[in-house]
Amino acid sequence: MSATAIAAASVPATGSFATGFAWALRRDLTLAWRHPGETILVVAFFVLVASLFPLGIGAEPQLLARIGPGVIWVCALLAAFLSLPSLLAGDYADGSLEQMTLSPHPMSGWICGKVAAHWVASGLPLTMLAPLIGLQYGLSPDTLLALCAALAIGTPVLSLLGAACTALTLGARGGGMLLALLALPLFVPILVFGAGAAEAQATGLSPSPHLSILGAGLILAAVGLPPAICTAIRIALD
Amino acid sequence: MINWFYFASPATFYRLAGWMAPWFFAAAAILAVAGLYVGFAVAPTDAQQGEVYRVIFIHVPASWMSMFIYFVMACYGGVSLTFNTRLAAMMARALAPTGAMFTFVALWTGSFWGRPTWGTYWVWDARITSELVLLFLYFGFIALANAFEDPRRGDRASALLALIGVVNLPIIYFSVLWWNTLHQGSTVSFKGTSMHVAMLWGMLLMALSFWMYSVGASLTRVRAIILERERRTHWARELQFT
Repeated sequence: MSATAIAAASVPATGSFATGFAWALRRDLTLAWRHPGETILVVAFFVLVASLFPLGIGAEPQLLARIGPGVIWVCALLAAFLSLPSLLAGDYADGSLEQMTLSPHPMSGWICGKVAAHWVASGLPLTMLAPLIGLQYGLSPDTLLALCAALAIGTPVLSLLGAACTALTLGARGGGMLLALLALPLFVPILVFGAGAAEAQATGLSPSPHLSILGAGLILAAVGLPPAICTAIRIALD
Repeated sequence: MINWFYFASPATFYRLAGWMAPWFFAAAAILAVAGLYVGFAVAPTDAQQGEVYRVIFIHVPASWMSMFIYFVMACYGGVSLTFNTRLAAMMARALAPTGAMFTFVALWTGSFWGRPTWGTYWVWDARITSELVLLFLYFGFIALANAFEDPRRGDRASALLALIGVVNLPIIYFSVLWWNTLHQGSTVSFKGTSMHVAMLWGMLLMALSFWMYSVGASLTRVRAIILERERRTHWARELQFT
């Protein structure tokens, strides 16, 4: 029997995508639940920055209704970006990321679980809070609906793209600014179509083309990015 | 049989690049002289835009090169990731500054053309915005490649980033078709062109010149990168005595 065959036989063949996904999702959600401060900070940041715009630009209702969707999207984008370090950097620093790669589950499984947990802890609260901010900006109910739908489809893409960028910068010098330089340009298409959906609704057009493109982007990101994230983590742990 | 991997060794490629670079620079200079002559002396004045259209002899070739260099860079990144070759990663690094320069030139000349023609230096049009994103992708690539103590780590991470960023290229290329915004559609296509023949020749000569310049510049730069990486090897130390 060759050495590789012995090594293969000694590893229990219990790993599967779904188990790994569920394990990582439960673990990261438990961690987020035990340290609620981080999620609360993201949400507080979102609300705070969104309330700065009316104070800085002026509070005319037409102006606010005009810029509302875009401002909310930019705030959601920044909030999603600021919560990225908790996704992988902590696990990388204390070595648990390296341990996870040794698990029998396929890497893409628990990576997707971690990204999903990140979205539940950052993207989902922002999506649920967006109508409240939208009301402050005087958006109509239809526009609010389009905005929430766009955020619900778009924020998972932000989490996936952000995970890829943060995996690339693991252990790099000047982490925060570098992450901004990598992630924010890649977020631009999501911002354009996400804000475009709500604006189309506000100007009386159908938001569905924008939402369809966002959905296509989500499918593309969900299929293409997990392998890229796995490769980036392997490069980081090499 | 030819040994295809002979020049994949940095030591042999260093000499090859040193021998080839001057030829590419010379070709770039000759083509640039010819292209500028055709562009400024032969090509007629545009009926609608007047003399200001002549910026296309810089603008269009620079935009082409900005996208093409990114594509080549991503290909080198893919090669470096799949075959784990050092030289491909060094070539990707060497191409990035030239690509960023052409992206900047494309944006800059575009804004100088936009002022008299559109009445504004900058619009948030789909093609211009995606070209700006390309500039940031180049900056991100350069920053990520240099962000690690271990240069090989930077090679691999930046190669993966280049591959992810390739998604932006079709967005730039098709942006004038997908969004009906201010930037005009492409004048040149494989099926033919809607412009005067001399204008087309000027543009093509300038594009070839920029291409040759890019090859020469990246070969010169990759020589510096090879020397920096291989400074402790025997062959690199021997260079200072020859």
